[in-house]
Amino acid sequence: MPAPVEPPIETPASLPEAYAVLADSSAEDPVTPIAGGTDVMVRITGEIGEPPRRMVDLSRLRELRGIAVDRGAVVLGALTTYTEIRRSSVCREHLPALVEAAATIGAGQIQNRGTIGGNAANASPAGDTLPVLLALDAAFEVGSNRGQRAITADAFWVAYRRTALAPDELILRIRIPIGSGRETRFRKIGTRRAQAISKVVLALSWVDQDGPPGSGRVAPIAPTGNGPIGTWRDVRLALGSVADRPIRTRATEAVLEAASPTPEIADAAAEALAGEIHPIDDVRSTAEYRRVVAARALHRMIRDAGGW
Amino acid sequence: MGEWRFAVNGEAVEVEAPGMRRLLDILREDLGLTGTKEGCGEGECGACTVLVDGAPVDSCLVPVCQVEGARIATVEGLATTSSEGPVLDRLQEAFLEMGGAQCGICTPGMLMAARSYLDSGGGPDEVAIREAIAGNLCRCTGYTKIVEAIAVAAGGPG
Repeated sequence: MPAPVEPPIETPASLPEAYAVLADSSAEDPVTPIAGGTDVMVRITGEIGEPPRRMVDLSRLRELRGIAVDRGAVVLGALTTYTEIRRSSVCREHLPALVEAAATIGAGQIQNRGTIGGNAANASPAGDTLPVLLALDAAFEVGSNRGQRAITADAFWVAYRRTALAPDELILRIRIPIGSGRETRFRKIGTRRAQAISKVVLALSWVDQDGPPGSGRVAPIAPTGNGPIGTWRDVRLALGSVADRPIRTRATEAVLEAASPTPEIADAAAEALAGEIHPIDDVRSTAEYRRVVAARALHRMIRDAGGW
Repeated sequence: MGEWRFAVNGEAVEVEAPGMRRLLDILREDLGLTGTKEGCGEGECGACTVLVDGAPVDSCLVPVCQVEGARIATVEGLATTSSEGPVLDRLQEAFLEMGGAQCGICTPGMLMAARSYLDSGGGPDEVAIREAIAGNLCRCTGYTKIVEAIAVAAGGPG
């Protein structure tokens, strides 16, 4: 293995200092931020793409830490680690699907370092928390010397490993709405439970119009299918590892919108999803496997929600 | 270059190095602590696991600029000394007793992940032990003897 390069790095102690370091970052000559380092440190050997040329360490920026509930949303500092998400009583109560996703990433060593802001900024199509952020309609609060702005998760990943961040911008916080009655399910399919990059990862989210708000489960429907209980509204389905970026699958969402989790709807949604995604063959899986398994995983989620 | 101060196995150290030098290289090359092994160099295998403020991390993924002021624990710090010579940590004793080490490359990382598990109150439950070492790959033992050794160190039946 090649000797690691050791790019020059600035270690600002505050957000304004970090902004100053990033002020002359450009697409041609970027300053690469490092948070938990679990992705960018792999690049310094030059084995995976070009190593960064100059860097800025974010670990001293207290402004980017912390988990809070604020005006109907959970707000996660960009430097929140997966371990902190798993242990947070706020996340466990309001964002169980995100807790589940965090628990599937790497193993303890990675979860202790990797951050949710880093997962988003790294923009891997296989980033495990990213479908959850899409399905929960998260928004990124980003900032630079030029000011702050919000970018919806929907608009954040713009191409393969590219985000809507300008070269001088940092993710500050991720804001996740916690409307009552919203249910979310997460599923990652990989080669093994720990230390696996996903073959397919998906998150499904809906509001159960007729069910008790925040009940955690939709009331089961009768196996015969008569009198289905629970109509889904505001359905969002997001997937990773099936496109060049994490995506929402809106045609499949339309099948589920204003529908109930019946066997017929599950069949129709699975068929729609298999037709809507266009995964590729790569070292981890094949296009065909991804298409079939994504559809089956969705079918299973709907079945579990329907209780049949 | 920068000057970085932190503690390794309870001793204060100060090193002059580029901020992006890997903690792994600082330990092995700058400080001569070669107990910590490099396996994959990309956070997959856990061979280079050390504890930073008590938490297991892959030292190949940690730049030295991020451990300023931290407490680092490596495999060299597990054994203690007494008037009668070195005394192995009970985890090390258990690995010996149960045959938990074969080629040895994964062993320092396994020991540190297991030490953190025990320090955080982990018991002899097999499922919990397997999760605690899920980030550490071993190509020799098939894991069974390692899991048994950790269970013994946690007070389970030998």
